[in-house]
Amino acid sequence: MSPAPARCEVRVELPAHLRTLAGITSGHEVLIQAAAPPTVRTVLDALEAAYPMLRGTIRDQVTHQRRAFLRFFACQQDLSLDSPDTPLPPAIASGAEPLIVLGAVAGG
Amino acid sequence: MGMVRLLVGTRKGAFILTSDEARKDWRIAGPHFSGWEIYHLKGSPADPNRLYASQSSGWFGQLIQRSDDGGLTWTPVGNKFAYDGVPGTHQWYDGTPHPWEFKRVWHIEPSLANPDEVYAGVEDAALFHSTDAGATWTELSGLRRHTTGSAWQPGAGGMCLHTILLDRGNPQRMVIAISAAGAFRTDDGGATWKPINRGLHSLYIPNPTAEVGHCVHHIAAHPSKPGTLFMQKHWDVMRSDDAGENWVEVSGNLPTDFGFVIDVHAHEPETLYVVPIKSDSEHFVPDGQLRVFRSRTGGNDWEPLSKGLPDRDCYVNVLRDAMAVDTLDSCGVYFGTSGGQVYASSDSGDTWSAIVRDLPPVLSVEVQTLA
Repeated sequence: MSPAPARCEVRVELPAHLRTLAGITSGHEVLIQAAAPPTVRTVLDALEAAYPMLRGTIRDQVTHQRRAFLRFFACQQDLSLDSPDTPLPPAIASGAEPLIVLGAVAGG
Repeated sequence: MGMVRLLVGTRKGAFILTSDEARKDWRIAGPHFSGWEIYHLKGSPADPNRLYASQSSGWFGQLIQRSDDGGLTWTPVGNKFAYDGVPGTHQWYDGTPHPWEFKRVWHIEPSLANPDEVYAGVEDAALFHSTDAGATWTELSGLRRHTTGSAWQPGAGGMCLHTILLDRGNPQRMVIAISAAGAFRTDDGGATWKPINRGLHSLYIPNPTAEVGHCVHHIAAHPSKPGTLFMQKHWDVMRSDDAGENWVEVSGNLPTDFGFVIDVHAHEPETLYVVPIKSDSEHFVPDGQLRVFRSRTGGNDWEPLSKGLPDRDCYVNVLRDAMAVDTLDSCGVYFGTSGGQVYASSDSGDTWSAIVRDLPPVLSVEVQTLA
């Protein structure tokens, strides 16, 4: 029997409209159990499993491309253009910092 | 005592307006889905408490919401609209090939008989079908795979499938319309489709009488005469008496035959309503006057209806899905404007009043006549 894959608890900060959609009523963040080491892909996989109504709202359901008006930030870095399989900074894996899903300040 | 329920989609949320059959005092609920674009919401004819809503945003993409209690509460359902197979290309504005890309759902059409069955017309143009109350969606790809599909081009608002007409007497027949490909009909439940654009004349395309390429804005039909179709085209109001095989112009004495909406009186199959718009570059009503035009002769002879509507300094538009009629004995007619007003007439259009004046820009209006 193989050991269970390592998990870590990741804080994810979501835009207000997605918190409303997901029924998240307290705070800006949710805690997600993701495979370790966490990446954008594994965190979003876990987020969508926990909150199925978010499928398609952060990344396209077919291509998994990030939506153009959303960006990913962590530890004062813009990770939006990195590979979704790049390990996130250690501070994200430890829970010291959140992965921020940020909506562009645009539109009307 | 009957009642009516208006389902209003706007740029920033959905609103539900209810009244008894007098249609004088209205209760306004909303916004639902505050801040999101609600292109369309519509109730099931088979179960009026079953509603579907298209919720979208430039940031967060497309959602579909379902209500089972007449809009009091909503549940997000399936929002995966994946084209069948390799989608290929259509033509872009400049005539170059452009990949088919899903953008949003423009129109939702619940089945006439089954509340769990529903169709969705999307941009880039395709027709999707759900038989599980919106949980999953399957493309009826015979439409997009029509031999002309690779030549379709978007209109200014995108290449949207915006009109879906179901036929109560023939479940195998549907009519749809796409800007700017034209109208299409299936007689086999969506497996195969044919363009039905003979008689349309569009000066803005290289061949004005081409098989496809016409910017159809909306089509309406009376339930008792599904073979008689009325069309508001980019320019021209048209009618067909053979399910779209042939069209004739019935613009008649309209002050301008550009517009978006067209609808048919609930009890008079030859009584039509349009809202003429000054031009395709201005997109507001002529002369600063908001007027609905009614024909009681199936077209050609039109009368302005303006009692209760603004007669000066009005520069609004009325979009293609933003007019509806109820089925009460004295037919109610409703429409919403780009200025956020929703107007109602409880006497077939003779007189009008505003139910509400300051909503976000109105994208769609549907009405349910409830027992």
